[in-house]
Amino acid sequence: MNKNWPLWEVFIRSKNGLHHKHAGSLHAADAQMAMENARDVYTRRMEGVSLWVVESKHITASNPMESGELFEPAHDKVYRHPTFYPLPDEVKNI
Amino acid sequence: MKNIAELEAQFQAKVDAEIKIEPKEWMPEKYRKTLIRQISQHAHSEVVGMLPEGNWISRAPSLRRKVALLAKIQDEAGHGLYLYSAAETLGIERDELVQQLLDGTAKYSSIFNYPSLTWADIGAIGWLVDGAAIMNQVMLTRTSYGPYARAMVRICKEESFHQRQGYEILLTLCRGSEEQKAMAQDALNRWWWPSLMMFGPRDADSPHTAQSMKWKIKRKTNDELRQQFVDVTVPQADFLGITVPDPDLKWNEETNHYEFGEINWDEFWNVVKGNGPCNRQRLEARQAAYDKGAWVREAATAFAEKRAAVAV
Repeated sequence: MNKNWPLWEVFIRSKNGLHHKHAGSLHAADAQMAMENARDVYTRRMEGVSLWVVESKHITASNPMESGELFEPAHDKVYRHPTFYPLPDEVKNI
Repeated sequence: MKNIAELEAQFQAKVDAEIKIEPKEWMPEKYRKTLIRQISQHAHSEVVGMLPEGNWISRAPSLRRKVALLAKIQDEAGHGLYLYSAAETLGIERDELVQQLLDGTAKYSSIFNYPSLTWADIGAIGWLVDGAAIMNQVMLTRTSYGPYARAMVRICKEESFHQRQGYEILLTLCRGSEEQKAMAQDALNRWWWPSLMMFGPRDADSPHTAQSMKWKIKRKTNDELRQQFVDVTVPQADFLGITVPDPDLKWNEETNHYEFGEINWDEFWNVVKGNGPCNRQRLEARQAAYDKGAWVREAATAFAEKRAAVAV
């Protein structure tokens, strides 16, 4: 038997209107304990109004070795940005 | 496949460009090992650091002091957990980390091997020990390893309350009776030198410093941090009206720094090697906590498995 409780990732919404953001991780035997531990470990000072906990094994992370294939193609697509299209100063509200 | 030299050069270029290193990215094996050693030592220090303070929870002089001390100790537990998690991103398991503490292969800060004899010690620990830790931790918020830097940001935000509550305890004592002021002086006498030792050996005797600076794990050397600590702390002692126990301490107009006496390095190494006043007691307490918690860990696992089976 693995001596370690499963690893969980903790996400906190700091206030309504904002995304949940990754805060850190912790070990817990089950989801309920993960929630209770997340509250004690990551929200002792009003850091949040909502918590998500997800067991780390359920997250698929991109491989840093493949970052080039994944992200470099965006580099030469400047035409996806508004500044690629120069317009005369006289044109307003665009 | 790239060769090691090429990967190392790329790694160093990233570090030099102030790009953080994140888990699973390629890193030199020695960088990984150094970080595991340093982060776990830091985590263990937070956890063992609860012991000298826990000693005073039931004897805190007022409810206000008691809730503050409880909150501080709970923070230390939290800090230990942030740091264990950061270490685990480097590919070591929690249980291995705990075992390394218990069997003595991993160290923790030697300062916690000194006893907390009076209530004034709780003040001195917050002011001096947390003060020295903050010097180091503020620097580490800019360390090159992402998870470690992020843990440090959280820790630094929480740590300054620790230092202020400690100083306030001493301020109250120093404004009290002669006897109370003498208690504060006695605490400073006993905690001053061990606090200076917290920054570690002199740069000349610190074999890892150069490499750690190059990898930007550290941004300042032991001696730089120690000087910074003395410079900010001495005026705080002056304000309290108590005397730093160092006859060689004096302000240098030219350098704009305090000069201070030589640390007793024999004492330093002796405590590191396990012969401080409380080394055995601290490890026994951690071992007892681990052993007595075993049934809780097992029961929680069994309960989770049972419920998971029912859910299916």
